[in-house]
Amino acid sequence: MTTYFTDQHEWIKVEGGIATVGITAHAAEQLGDVVFVELPAIGKALTKSGEAAVVESVKAASDVYAPVSGEVTEANDTIVGEPAKVNEDPEGAGWFFKLKLTNESELSGLMDKAAYDAFVASGG
Amino acid sequence: MSMNNQGRPTNIVAGGTDAIVTYTGHRGLMQEEGLSFDRGRSGKWGVDLPEPKNKADRLGGVRRKGEIGLPELSEPEVVRHFVRLSQKNYSIDTGLFPLGSCTMKHNPRLNEKVARFPGFGDIHPLQPQETVQGAWALIDRLAHWLKTLTGMPAVALSPKAGAHGELCGLMAIKAAIEARGEIRRRILVPESAHGTNPATAALIGYTVDTVPATTRGRVDLAALKAKLGPDVAAVMVTNPNTCGLFEDEVLGIADAIHGAGGYFYCDGANYNAIVGRVRPGDLGVDAMHINLHKTFSTPHGGGGPGAGPVVFSEALAPYVPVPFVVAGADGFTNIEQEEDAPAGARPFGRMTAFHGQMGMFTRAMAYMMSHGSDGLRQVAEDAVLNANYILANLKDVMSAPFGDTGPCMHEALFDDEFLKGTGVTTLDFAKALIDEGYHPMTVYFPLVVHGAMLVEPTETESKETLDRFIHAMRSLAAEAKAGNTQGTNRFGGAPYLSPRSRLDETAAARKPVLKWTPPAPKQAAE
Amino acid sequence: MRYLPLTPDERRSMLATIGARSIDDLFVDVPEAARLSAPVDLPRFMGEMQVERDLGRLAAKNMTASSVPFFVGAGAYKHHVPASVDHIIQRSEFLTSYTPYQPEIAQGTLQYLFEFQTQVAAITGMDVANASMYDGSTGTGEAVLMAMRVTKRNKAVVSGRLHPHYADVVHTVCGHAGAGMSIEIGGVHPSAPEDLSSRLDANTACVVVQNPDVFGNLADLRVLAEATHAAGALLIVVVTEAVSLGLVMSPGSMGADIVVAEGQSIGVGLQFGGPYVGLFATREKYMRQMPGRLCGRTVDGQGRPGFVLTLSTREQHIRREKATSNICTNSGLMCLAFTIHMTLLGEGGFKRLAQLNHEAACDLADALAELPGVEIPTRSYFNEFTLKLPKPAAGVVSALAKKGVLGGVPASRLYPGDASLENLLIVAATEVNTEECRASFVAALKEVLA
Repeated sequence: MTTYFTDQHEWIKVEGGIATVGITAHAAEQLGDVVFVELPAIGKALTKSGEAAVVESVKAASDVYAPVSGEVTEANDTIVGEPAKVNEDPEGAGWFFKLKLTNESELSGLMDKAAYDAFVASGG
Repeated sequence: MSMNNQGRPTNIVAGGTDAIVTYTGHRGLMQEEGLSFDRGRSGKWGVDLPEPKNKADRLGGVRRKGEIGLPELSEPEVVRHFVRLSQKNYSIDTGLFPLGSCTMKHNPRLNEKVARFPGFGDIHPLQPQETVQGAWALIDRLAHWLKTLTGMPAVALSPKAGAHGELCGLMAIKAAIEARGEIRRRILVPESAHGTNPATAALIGYTVDTVPATTRGRVDLAALKAKLGPDVAAVMVTNPNTCGLFEDEVLGIADAIHGAGGYFYCDGANYNAIVGRVRPGDLGVDAMHINLHKTFSTPHGGGGPGAGPVVFSEALAPYVPVPFVVAGADGFTNIEQEEDAPAGARPFGRMTAFHGQMGMFTRAMAYMMSHGSDGLRQVAEDAVLNANYILANLKDVMSAPFGDTGPCMHEALFDDEFLKGTGVTTLDFAKALIDEGYHPMTVYFPLVVHGAMLVEPTETESKETLDRFIHAMRSLAAEAKAGNTQGTNRFGGAPYLSPRSRLDETAAARKPVLKWTPPAPKQAAE
Repeated sequence: MRYLPLTPDERRSMLATIGARSIDDLFVDVPEAARLSAPVDLPRFMGEMQVERDLGRLAAKNMTASSVPFFVGAGAYKHHVPASVDHIIQRSEFLTSYTPYQPEIAQGTLQYLFEFQTQVAAITGMDVANASMYDGSTGTGEAVLMAMRVTKRNKAVVSGRLHPHYADVVHTVCGHAGAGMSIEIGGVHPSAPEDLSSRLDANTACVVVQNPDVFGNLADLRVLAEATHAAGALLIVVVTEAVSLGLVMSPGSMGADIVVAEGQSIGVGLQFGGPYVGLFATREKYMRQMPGRLCGRTVDGQGRPGFVLTLSTREQHIRREKATSNICTNSGLMCLAFTIHMTLLGEGGFKRLAQLNHEAACDLADALAELPGVEIPTRSYFNEFTLKLPKPAAGVVSALAKKGVLGGVPASRLYPGDASLENLLIVAATEVNTEECRASFVAALKEVLA
């Protein structure tokens, strides 16, 4: 199972045609204490780079984009009730939503861990 | 001798007060004050009203039933409640309020007196026009002053605040473009702009296209030109800009946008820097709002009210919204309907129910007349002088990103470069300033510099006040760099000496409590 | 100049510190062609006495509400404002403070905003209220835009009896706000039932009704609320006379989703139309779609209760082009006036004030109905109703003013060009109208109509 990263600071893990998406530890740290999360409805069709979710801290608000196209199969309601989970474990229990991929080839355009770390280090 | 045996000790005993825990929670003059709602219904009122007759009503069956849930207090209790609350506020009358881009200047009390003349304060917006000729005359005079000062031929007075003025300006631009039979969808906004600029543009359906800044803190004219095209409706530029700098290529900006068939909107939030010295009409501006609550000294009142008249160029003048006053042979007429507009006028609509913020018009007029044309020019000069004095005295110990590119206008911008490696943030620095008895400057705005601190002293501060503030800022900067000299977390824990220490904004946003709710009834003891 | 503390010597020494030869050196970035070499052509400075005398002369030309029998309403109402209200709002710490961006030294402002929000939610019967809009009319425009965001639909159905200036504001803001937004305005009749339900469709975001409406009619909105909700739309209820909420069922209890009110009647005064204070309240589920500032309760570092501005990510200074509104400055000090007056009134005083207003209107209506040729089409009302006169109302109002009576607003001033409304006069009565005022009005009207 591979984890991919986007230049908008989302991560995506794919397993059996289902992808789990969240925001990176770096993004969570930059935002500060997360206070609100809005997740897509189950069944919603997302297109690559389209707006998928919203994450807010006290003084910042960001859209979370879909790293790839797909249909939403699950949303992490835990982080809606406890937004602090996004800061505690952004790349684990703080995941946002799951997608059924519609075009697996879109993954090839994303970064791997090493490339993403280099991207962050370069000020991305 | 006759002896008074009631002598009492008058010697002073040294000692701190930190350790004292009071029974009441009050700390001397600083009174704790709960919510009025905690008092509940008592049956006592703060008003005396006659007994009603309680005859059959004509409410058509929609009479209210049950409790509303309002507390009941007598007048002395109400007065004390609000006076105690007032004592928890910092204000311009308390001390220097150097909040950048907000122009916290002295609010003359003459303004308050004039606004309360019954002839201005106790008249109805819809009473017959012939019974309020003095009010129309005041509005007409204010319009004349604003047009003369700005060198613009027309003004819309009804907008209620700066952002409302922006909306008015962009609507006029939209109307003018539509009148040419064109559709334009983009508005160019520099990245240093106030948040209201992009919000206003988006509100009426424009796409916001951000223009970068140069390393000199100005609009990048080349980048702006590259973004121009037949779909650009306007450029919104704040001048002087939010870095406190005059856009020295402003004529080039005006030429470029006009050349592309668009309009030049100027955010006039910083007009205080140039009032009486520069007319926006000479800079190619097509529309500019003026915050009467900044430049013309009407009080900010804890967040409002404001007033945001918009001056217009010849090209946009026909689109001024209703209502507006016109002078005639036998007095003034207020044009309240689009169809009553004089020939040539094509009002784009209406911004608000009545004529605008009359209470702010009277205050602003009293202020302008007090200063006169010569005094207003001196206002701009002293505002700019005070800001440059602060910049000159602080740039060696703080970091001024544009401090070496020339003078600033009415506000001095610093970033957090000087705090690098100290562990002290811009926020900590601002909060420590509270302990020093100052309202902090604007922080983290504009967004184009890191950890911004924007200091706007205004012209109503004396040199003595500025010198003391400069001393405080220099001392804090030195202490931040030296680290922990007082053996306390001087910055990270600040403020210590305010009615409340730092408040938990995260908790407030995660579980919003936006109103008082009655406590749950106590369970009966088993 | 009395507002400028720098002396000429200080100016010189400060320029020297800066390293500038003259003040002109500080304006070098201004293009040379745009530098004014002398003051503009306006009068020179004046002392306090001169300004006061001069503006006093203008003020004296106006006929003030307190000096005559006064019955003008239609969106702004003459009520008694207790002396302590105006005294407290002039305290320096309230008058000359800024938006509470530094909550540690702005708890006074924040706490009254919290009390204001609680009062507004209580009297409107809603879950949450914001910290004010500019006024009722701009609040109504914001409410329509909010309903469009919530429902993702873009048609507003607006009652023909919404104050026409409010309808114009809605029309102006929505007309510019983007492609596809449409406003349908119902027919105008001073009293016949209005059928708005038949205009509901799958694209309707909201229905906007005023209660009491601009002619003074009070309505039970529950049936309309049901129909609106059945169509998936929101019901926006506009109240221009906030005192009515002391006697009339709250909009919330009748099914409103958003309530907008003009708060001028409580504590603010007439002021020729502004500054006023817009009340804005909604259901909890729409909280994050609200425009404007919100104050929330929290604790400080030592666990003491305190207040902060919260949910700011909705606002322009953070969300920029994606904000729920562009509003920044609001009506802070007018909120304070409202909050103080409401606290003085309390539950009992607020209800009694409303009752006295209603009774003043009933007594006035009874007396006016006796006049030959005068009819009152308004059946159910609070403190305002409509008279049908035997001749055009505009001329009557002018004739009354000549007799020193301000007798209401002719419907033709609000609905110009509608001949069927020409003879209608909208009349408001409040607790300030004495028996004697009412008698003077009736007598003057009788003479004018004779």
